[in-house]
Amino acid sequence: MAARREPIAVDKVQLLLSLAVAMFALGLVGVIVRRNVLVMLMCMELMLNGVNLSLVTFAQQLGSTVGAVLVFLIFVVATAEIAIAIPIVLLLVRRKRTLDLDAYSDLKG
Amino acid sequence: MNAFLANLDTLLLYVFAFCALVGAVLVVVLRQPMRVAMALISTMVFLGGIYGLLGVHFIAAFQVLIYVGAVMVFMVYTIMLLDVRDPAIKGRFSRLLVPGVIGGAIFLAALVHAVNALLGRSAATAASFTLQDFSVAFLNEYWLHFELTSVLLLAAVVAALAVIKGSSRHGGETGADRRG
Repeated sequence: MAARREPIAVDKVQLLLSLAVAMFALGLVGVIVRRNVLVMLMCMELMLNGVNLSLVTFAQQLGSTVGAVLVFLIFVVATAEIAIAIPIVLLLVRRKRTLDLDAYSDLKG
Repeated sequence: MNAFLANLDTLLLYVFAFCALVGAVLVVVLRQPMRVAMALISTMVFLGGIYGLLGVHFIAAFQVLIYVGAVMVFMVYTIMLLDVRDPAIKGRFSRLLVPGVIGGAIFLAALVHAVNALLGRSAATAASFTLQDFSVAFLNEYWLHFELTSVLLLAAVVAALAVIKGSSRHGGETGADRRG
């Protein structure tokens, strides 16, 4: 732990950022195209994971602790989001008896 | 053999990145929610491996502990609680499939373009930080954010309780209406 490592190489940074971008885009597509509410929530988690990967990559590349701090805050936000979202989904399922998002179209404003 | 061992980190990084990407694709295309959850868990575990290879072991540990251990266990529990074989869900994808995929592809292209432009400008400037640097910065400079997260978690707990309480009260009223 004590030894300082060299910053990661540029091609690895490119690989990791490509992976982060791909995960974020896949999560976004999943939120748009899937119909199951729980699967949409999991796609949101995928987006958060992509953002975390990019933050860690930048933090390691620049030798800055800000990215790691932000990753910890994102962990907390993701946990809180799931803790709120799951009861809401359970509530909706109890009322509509389905996980299909089309059944909730009367929630439109 | 020595060259292989010297490049083992890079090889493992590529393997983990590929597996994480496959898991992410499976999250979007698989049908059963439980399989989607398993694909997402595997993606998170591989991301934890990538964090370990990058040298941020504490983030790797928290990735596995919080995401896989707390969030995804909660999600799997919910999937098992609810009826998975929901007859009302006729297809995996909504009617936004084509515009969603097209929009996602455009978004991906824009992000890749932005990242490439960014990488052209910036190069690695400093050595990576240690856990000690992180801890000192976390509790010296960002103590306010640290305290605010506890407030956020408290609010989340209260909100979850309020949702459950309100729903049970509402359920009782509808039950009374049904009886009446």
